[in-house]
Amino acid sequence: MNVLLDHLADFREGFIGTVLLTLASGLLAMILGVVIAGFRVSPVPPLRMFGTAWVTLFRNTPLTLLFLIAWFVVPVIFVPGLSPWTKALLALGFYTSAFVCEAVRSGINTVPMGQAEAARSLGMTFSQTLRLIVLPQATRAVIAPLSSIFIALTKNSAIAGAFSVTELFGVQKLLSDKGFPIAWIFLWVALGYLVVTFSISGLFRLLERRLGVAR
Amino acid sequence: MTASVLYDAPGPKARVRNRIYSVLGSLALIALLAFAVYRLDAKGQLDPKVWDIFNNAGVRTNIRDGVLTTLKVFAVAGALSLVLGLLLAVARLSEHRPVRWLATGFIELFRAVPLLITIYALWVLFLTYKTDLGVIGDYTAFWGLVIGLTVYNGSVQAEVFRAGINAVPKGQVEAAYALGMRKYQVMTMLLLPQAIRSMLPTMISQLVVTLKDTSLGYVITYTELLFATRTMANNIIVNGDNPFTAVTIVVGAIYIAMCLALSSLATWIERRGRRAKTGVAVAAAAEPAEAPGVLDASKGPLGPTTDRETQA
Repeated sequence: MNVLLDHLADFREGFIGTVLLTLASGLLAMILGVVIAGFRVSPVPPLRMFGTAWVTLFRNTPLTLLFLIAWFVVPVIFVPGLSPWTKALLALGFYTSAFVCEAVRSGINTVPMGQAEAARSLGMTFSQTLRLIVLPQATRAVIAPLSSIFIALTKNSAIAGAFSVTELFGVQKLLSDKGFPIAWIFLWVALGYLVVTFSISGLFRLLERRLGVAR
Repeated sequence: MTASVLYDAPGPKARVRNRIYSVLGSLALIALLAFAVYRLDAKGQLDPKVWDIFNNAGVRTNIRDGVLTTLKVFAVAGALSLVLGLLLAVARLSEHRPVRWLATGFIELFRAVPLLITIYALWVLFLTYKTDLGVIGDYTAFWGLVIGLTVYNGSVQAEVFRAGINAVPKGQVEAAYALGMRKYQVMTMLLLPQAIRSMLPTMISQLVVTLKDTSLGYVITYTELLFATRTMANNIIVNGDNPFTAVTIVVGAIYIAMCLALSSLATWIERRGRRAKTGVAVAAAAEPAEAPGVLDASKGPLGPTTDRETQA
C-alpha cells in the first residue's frame, strides 16, 4: 500500500504515459490498417501483394524486434533524431496496423454482396463503393475485434517501458530497482493496466450498442 | 474472393485503367525499395565487409545457440501452457463453485496483465529468493520467462479449450450420461478429444504468439536469440561501426521463418479439418488471442471475426 502512496506521482506519470502511448499508436494503427486493408481488397495486384506482405511481415515479427529496429535501424537509415516516444509510437503503430487490417478486411467480408452490387449499378467507382457504402457498414462488424486489438495494444505498450519511455512498466522497473516488494508493485501496476483495458472494452461496448442494427 | 464484392469483372476500359494503376503501384513500391537500399548503401550497411561477418564461424555459432535457446524456452513454455490451459479449462467448467471461481480469477488476471509485467515480476521474485529456490537458482531468467509465458498463454489456451468444449453439441453429453458414463469419462472420452480436434488450429496460432513472446526475454537479459545476437553485434566492429542493421535483418528473417512455419502448419490442419465431415466444425487458424474477448464463449466458439479470416 505504501508503495502506491509514496510514489503516487510516479504512478500517475506512468499511467498517463501508457494512456497517451496507447491512444497515439492506436490512431496510427487505425489509419495504416484501414489504408492497407483498402490495398488488400483493391483491384490492383501490386497493391494487393504489398498489403499481403505487410500483414505477413508484421504479424510474424516479435514486437521486441520491431522496437529494436525502431531504436537502432530507423534512426541510422531513415529518420535521424527521433525521440524515444516517437520510436515507440512507430513500432507499436506499425505492428498493430497489421491486426487492424485483418479485422477491417474480415469486416468488409460481412457486408452483404447486394450492397456493393447496388453501389456499382449506381455507377460508383471502387473507392466510392469502399468509402461510402462498404466501410461504414463494415464498422459494426469490426468493433468487437478492434476492441480486442486495442486491449492487446495497451498490454503491448509495456514493452516501450523497457526502452526507457515513461509508462507503467517503467514504473514497475524503477520501483523494484529501489527495492520495494515486487508483489505490491505488480499489483498496483496491474491495476493501472486493468483500468485502461476495462475503459477500452466499456467504450467499445457502448459503441457497439450505438451502432448495432438488426439484420 | 473478397475482391469481387467490390468491383465488377473488369471490361476493356477498366482493364487498361487497372494496368496503369498496376504499373504506377509497382513503380511506387520499387521506388520505396530502391530508396531503402540506397539509404542502406549510403550508410555503408551493404558493404561486403559488413555481411562478411556471417562467414565467421563464431558468429554463426552465436546465432545457432540463440535459436536453440529460443526454441528451448518455446518448447518448455508451449508444452506447459497447453497442460495448464487444459487444467484451467476443466477447472473453469467444474461443478464446484470455489474451483470455478479460482480458475476464472486466475485466467482473467493473467490474461489482462501485460506479459512483460508478469515476466519481470517473476524474474525479480526469483532473483530475490534465489537461494531458497534451489532448483531455479542458476536459471532465474529462464524460469522467469518460461513461467511468465506459461501462465499467460495457459490462460489464453484455457479459453480456447473451453470454447472448443462449448462447441460440442449438448445432445452428445446427454447421450453419454444416459449411457451411464461418469463425469470424467464424458470429459476425457467425449468432450476433450473433440474440443482439441476442433481447436487445434487456434491452439497452434496461440503457440505462434508464444514463440514471438519468447523475445521478451530480451528485457530480463535472458540470452535468447534477440539478446544473444545483439550482445554479439555489440562486440563486433566493422568499418568503425556495430553491424546492428545486418544482424537485425538476419535475425528478423529467422524469426519470421520460424513463425511462418508454425502458422502454415495451423492453416494446413485447418484445411484438412474442413475436408473431414465429422460434425464439430474446425476453428479458423486466425490469430486468436493476443486479444482477450475474441474467444468470448458467449459469442460462440470462434468469436465474431475468425470465420472468414483465413483467405490470407
